[in-house]
Amino acid sequence: MPDLIEWLVAGLLLTGSLFALIGSFGLFKLPDFYMRLHGPTKATTLGVGALVLGSMLYFSSTGELGLHELLISIFLFMTAPTSASMLAKAAMQLQVRREGRTRGEPWKH
Amino acid sequence: MTTRRRWLPHPWLSLVLLGIWQLLVNQLSVGSLLLGLVLALLIPQLTRRFWPRPPTLYRPLVLARFALRVLGDIVVANVQVARLVLGPNARLRPAFVVYPLELRNEFAISVLANTISLTPGTVSADISDDHACLLIHGLDVPDAQELIDTIKQRYEKPLMEAFECSRP
Amino acid sequence: MLQTVIIICLGMLSLAMLLCLLRLLRGPDMPDRVLALDTLYINAIALLILFGLLLRSNLYFEVALLIAVMGFVGTVAVAKYLLRGNIIE
Repeated sequence: MPDLIEWLVAGLLLTGSLFALIGSFGLFKLPDFYMRLHGPTKATTLGVGALVLGSMLYFSSTGELGLHELLISIFLFMTAPTSASMLAKAAMQLQVRREGRTRGEPWKH
Repeated sequence: MTTRRRWLPHPWLSLVLLGIWQLLVNQLSVGSLLLGLVLALLIPQLTRRFWPRPPTLYRPLVLARFALRVLGDIVVANVQVARLVLGPNARLRPAFVVYPLELRNEFAISVLANTISLTPGTVSADISDDHACLLIHGLDVPDAQELIDTIKQRYEKPLMEAFECSRP
Repeated sequence: MLQTVIIICLGMLSLAMLLCLLRLLRGPDMPDRVLALDTLYINAIALLILFGLLLRSNLYFEVALLIAVMGFVGTVAVAKYLLRGNIIE
């Protein structure tokens, strides 16, 4: 495998893992539920996205063209907003505690 | 027109399905292409009832440019939010923002809501019963009006152009 | 070189999953726990992609796709349960 591609794959893998880690770290440390909701969207979009790109590049360079990893990313891009919105709705209905300095009001149902 | 409507109710959906089938098979052959074509014609027929008012895509190119812009924004916003997450909690300014929608087409609204959720830092949490407003939660919002204006300019305008051309 | 990088990445993702687990145990509310599970399965997908790279096998892709589908359905089902008190109406 050419050197340049190997470096590129390594860079993509490290970026993806780093963003997944930061997303989970956000989930761990942010103070209220609505703020924690931002962690997973980050992990899915750039984290898994970069890993999938790296994997595609790697398998494509070793022989046959493989693009099917892209499906994982497409699927996550379509589903992540839905589950985030469902969870936010559930939290608003359960009236989960939120940080006092949050401006604006969640809707009541 | 009517025969086309009957056999190909959602041409774009058919195209997407064919593409996804090819990705899943992961190799190009006559057999897989034929099976993919059958599925691409059959699935829109079977799911027709879920799409009572199919959206009309007037300008595919505008939509393609929009998709590229969103991908770019995801990368930029990810870095910004990573910095926010790693910084102290006390510096964050979370807010619920009510976003007034101009789009009327349901499919276009869901595309906009997904885009807002995918760009980190904002999550669309709910839609009002009359489909006139979105409720957005932002991780760090210095100015709510500015956020609304940014979304309107960057995301809603191109979607209006792509899907609702006839509407002034 | 790539092997070392993959192992470092595996370590980072394991740490990420540990953080999700801590949030899962700590709560404090039900949506928090569901969100932690959601993030956990996404990290599992990332871990599987890396594992496939480490073993140079295409097989793990299918597992990752299945987890993506099942995880989404699971999250939506539990969120619906929290919203309405039952899943099938």
